[in-house]
Amino acid sequence: MLTAQWLYGMSGCLIAAMGLRTALLHTCLLHRVIAINVTGAGVFMMLIAVAYRGAEIPPDPVPHALVLTGIVVAISATALALALARRLTAEPSND
Amino acid sequence: MIDVLSGLLVLAGVGFYLAGSIGLLRLPDLYSRLHALTKADNLGLGLLTAGLALHSQELLTVLKLLLIWLAVLSASAASAHLIARYARRQETKS
Amino acid sequence: MSATNLLVLDGLLVISLVGLAWAALAGSDARRSVILFMAFGLVLAAAWVRLLAPDVALAEAAIGSGLAGALLLAAVQEQPRQPLAARTASNSNPNKPGLSVALQLAVSVLCAALAGTLAWALAHAFNSAPQNALPRAVSSNLEASGVSNPVTAVLLNFRAYDTLLELAVLLTAVLGIFALGPARPGYQAAGPVFDGLARWLVPVLILTAGYLLWVGAHAPGGAFQAGATLAAASVVLRLAGRHQIGLPQGRALRIVMAGGVGTFVLIGLGLLVTGRPFLGYPPAWAGGLILMIESAATLAIAATLVLAFLGGQPRPLAVRVTCGNTSATPGPTGKPASPEGMRGAELRAAEVCNRIPETQKRC
Repeated sequence: MLTAQWLYGMSGCLIAAMGLRTALLHTCLLHRVIAINVTGAGVFMMLIAVAYRGAEIPPDPVPHALVLTGIVVAISATALALALARRLTAEPSND
Repeated sequence: MIDVLSGLLVLAGVGFYLAGSIGLLRLPDLYSRLHALTKADNLGLGLLTAGLALHSQELLTVLKLLLIWLAVLSASAASAHLIARYARRQETKS
Repeated sequence: MSATNLLVLDGLLVISLVGLAWAALAGSDARRSVILFMAFGLVLAAAWVRLLAPDVALAEAAIGSGLAGALLLAAVQEQPRQPLAARTASNSNPNKPGLSVALQLAVSVLCAALAGTLAWALAHAFNSAPQNALPRAVSSNLEASGVSNPVTAVLLNFRAYDTLLELAVLLTAVLGIFALGPARPGYQAAGPVFDGLARWLVPVLILTAGYLLWVGAHAPGGAFQAGATLAAASVVLRLAGRHQIGLPQGRALRIVMAGGVGTFVLIGLGLLVTGRPFLGYPPAWAGGLILMIESAATLAIAATLVLAFLGGQPRPLAVRVTCGNTSATPGPTGKPASPEGMRGAELRAAEVCNRIPETQKRC
């Protein structure tokens, strides 16, 4: 039972839930994109907390690889979401 | 002895960071806040890296810390310049 | 470091993280939220280092804070600037209009219940013995994997299929961005200060990207961090108002973008042809194959992230316009632009520079 695991894991749950609530309730598209990213960060905190084994034992590398993949997928989803938001709020044009 | 000196340098660096943050919160307008933050944070980082460099075991770490300090120095100077120039342009426009 | 020192550090980090997340999510000013989100990403990178995850820390600092912050800032800049009074009004409700208080409360309660369930599951996991089957499998097969960094081995050898699909997700996202419209207009040429910074920073970033790619085999690093650093170099050039930002043009760009997934699939199929399983590297060749895949992936990731920052399909380099200045620079062949090309350039400038949205939801 490691204190660091508990601290980061529980705060990860909290951050993920906060982000989800904002993503569901806010109006501003940009806030919701940030909220989805924050939810992702909370989930990553939970994963890395699970992978932590203490100061002497090397950590579990599989959740680290999962989080790396998750970071890259999150940014590509963010980029697509921002492009969609930009198109949604642009002036209607005649093309 | 080295530990004491390194600890003092790190504490001095933290003190400068604190001063910069207090300046950010208390100073009246953008330019003075920018000035306080940039100068104090750069010097604080320099003292911090000096304290850490004293503690390091090999020359390569010292060089890396020096490089970090120089990179942050130039990046923060450039960004402070850009922010101040933008604010000045907004002022003279309106 | 003694246990209480670490506890103090952990407590400070966790409080900053929760506080920054709260501050970034609350409020109605989008710019403030973006800056706070970038700060959150950097403190999170520090937390990853404390939790002995340096690969993840590098990726979080470069991609999660740096590039995500650049994307969000570019998106925020397109919105009209609200007067200061409206921005600091604390009684503006950021929630959707028309949502009754009961529904908002219900959503909050449900999210709290989700947090509680996750916390209960985590507590259950932490209280039981750690499951070490996977780490033991990784460390026992590490020599045969071709690299000595366990995270790289997992990413590019043991779970190479996941990385292949992740590169495909990147490609899909950039195809979607292409389909949604042209790139954002460029920036004006930078003054001497920023130009001077870009002059020395960009070569250092490119060198660092190459180093991260190489060192990922035996130390924290790898293709994703290297690709993000390379993309940061291009973003700095773009912000300095340059037209040539290192992004290939036309067919070369398409080859680079598809090259990440393509190299992976070709190597996998080649291994299938020689009788091994798909992406089952022979131990003697594994290091070289992984380096090949990582190099192609670095270029693909860098191109994807730069295109994400550009916001759409980049305009051809031959007719390059900047807002307010409709002269067309000559193309790579050096021929000056024709009069028809100049008129077309003016029209394109008008449609590019004026397509800044004026009526939309204010955030």
